[in-house]
Amino acid sequence: MSFDNAYESLLGGEDAHWAFGTGFSEALSGVNREFPAGVDREALAAYCLMLGDDALIFSQRLSEWCSRAPELEEDIALANIALDLLGQARMLLTRAGEVLGRDEDALAYLRDEREFRNVHLAEIDCGPGPGGDFAATIARLLVFSSWRLALFSRLRGSADPVLAAIAEKGLKELAYHRDHAAQWTVRLGDGTDESHRRMQAGLERVWPFVDELFATHAVEVALAGVAVDPASLRSEVDGVLEAVLSAAGLTRPTDTRAARVAGMAGRDGVHTEAMGYLLAEMQHLHRSLPGAVW
Amino acid sequence: MADDLELRFERTVQSESRIEPRDWMPDGYRKTLIRQIAQHAHSEIIGMQPEGNWISRAPSLRRKAILLAKVQDEAGHGLYLYSATETLGADREDLTTKLIEGRQKYSSIFNYPTLTFADVGVIGWLVDGAAICNQVPLCRTSYGPYARAMIRICKEESFHQRQGYELLMTMMRGTQQQRDMVQDSVNRWWWPALMMFGPPDAESTNTEQSMAWRIKRDTNDELRQKFVNMSMPQAEALGVTFPDPELEWNADRGEYDFGQPDWDEFWQVVKGGGVCNEQRIAHRRKAHEDGAWVREAAAAHAAKHARKEGAA
Repeated sequence: MSFDNAYESLLGGEDAHWAFGTGFSEALSGVNREFPAGVDREALAAYCLMLGDDALIFSQRLSEWCSRAPELEEDIALANIALDLLGQARMLLTRAGEVLGRDEDALAYLRDEREFRNVHLAEIDCGPGPGGDFAATIARLLVFSSWRLALFSRLRGSADPVLAAIAEKGLKELAYHRDHAAQWTVRLGDGTDESHRRMQAGLERVWPFVDELFATHAVEVALAGVAVDPASLRSEVDGVLEAVLSAAGLTRPTDTRAARVAGMAGRDGVHTEAMGYLLAEMQHLHRSLPGAVW
Repeated sequence: MADDLELRFERTVQSESRIEPRDWMPDGYRKTLIRQIAQHAHSEIIGMQPEGNWISRAPSLRRKAILLAKVQDEAGHGLYLYSATETLGADREDLTTKLIEGRQKYSSIFNYPTLTFADVGVIGWLVDGAAICNQVPLCRTSYGPYARAMIRICKEESFHQRQGYELLMTMMRGTQQQRDMVQDSVNRWWWPALMMFGPPDAESTNTEQSMAWRIKRDTNDELRQKFVNMSMPQAEALGVTFPDPELEWNADRGEYDFGQPDWDEFWQVVKGGGVCNEQRIAHRRKAHEDGAWVREAAAAHAAKHARKEGAA
């Protein structure tokens, strides 16, 4: 760059210069976007919304840590994870939108709470708000990334080439997220009395939301060969969590089940009370200026 | 002996060579650099807040990703700069304490509030633009680690600036409400951006020695003039005006004439009276204090681990 004109870059020229990057590139260029024959498209869209909303809503929660993390390195790491998940959300919402005739922003900003399909684990407040702290955040990240990593590793074999490509790209990211969470779980479990107590409390905070992750939904049944049946992931994920908790000297909580609401939960669009506030904040500007371009 | 060292230092600086961490340097040079680099690092870290304010509400997923990545970059810049101070013998924890106790400063611009999403674009364009004007000369500053950090930071900042300007261009092509939002934001940020170059040369206390040491390379007023000259064509291309009735091309000088910011407001904000001074420090203090148990746990775990390895 020239040392005289700070504005030269406004006129183009140099390529992107992020220190860390947005984590969203044209990763899927060249992937065949045709719908495979015989696939129930409505179900495919619903499935993409489930996985996309998990990532979008969890990313929204993680980005609340920005400028609030315990140290600068961790601020950067959590932002990185939030960006990875936001990238996954965008690809998944875009795929859903190809069936539904809506773009990623219409799906993110113009659906109401009952139309969101994410699991409760993604939406609850685990800190930095009053609902948790850094330990609860790490507990959620450990459970979420272990589950999603197992899911994506099977999703690579999906009959939908777009889902398979998204899973392929996401796999490396999720492996890093799981590793990051596992390292902190061990550090906090082993560190001081206070950190051990907080880490155990963090696990207790998120454990009631674990069962929902492995409950098979009708959409997944309708998409055999395209979707992954989450029930099939349970023993693998349990094994990973067991190994991490034992290395950290922590006890696996016994309360694994938050009751459903009239038989329904996140995948049916029935959420916790936290969800309405999260969406109000996320969507308000987009909704207040209809017709605006961003 | 000391005279020899001093002479060699002076020669190195005057010949535009770099002073490196192991080289002898006068105490005043070391102190001035630590203060200046720390202030710059603090600015990056405090600067995460005004823009971070809009991450949760960014109106498109693309803008959300860009904004989150930008604020993340600022944390990265803070890290490079704290590392540069460490090469001079400073300690990050100590500098953070000085920041949250109000004993070291950060750029006063971040005490202004971000009230609409257009502020994200205007901060990128004008605030990052002014910062780049201030920082580009520092890529040639006499202290090696600082100069090298600044080269990387300037490249990234100029990318941020481009993103900000592109957001404004997009908004100006949108609805009338969006165009009004951009103009309103420019009206609020123009004068504070001009203040970023510091008080007029006649009132600036640190300039002379810093110029001699090649820590600083241009005077406040020179940089301010340069910034105005560069910003005007950009404003015209964008379709916004600056809120300065005296702003006018001066053909004789070949530069723009412009009015003076309200220096009383400047000093008021510098001295703690801005809308956000207390909030910014309280936010940083809370993050630091809430994170203390985590840092202690990490240190305790590392120590146990080191003992185990030592025993093995």
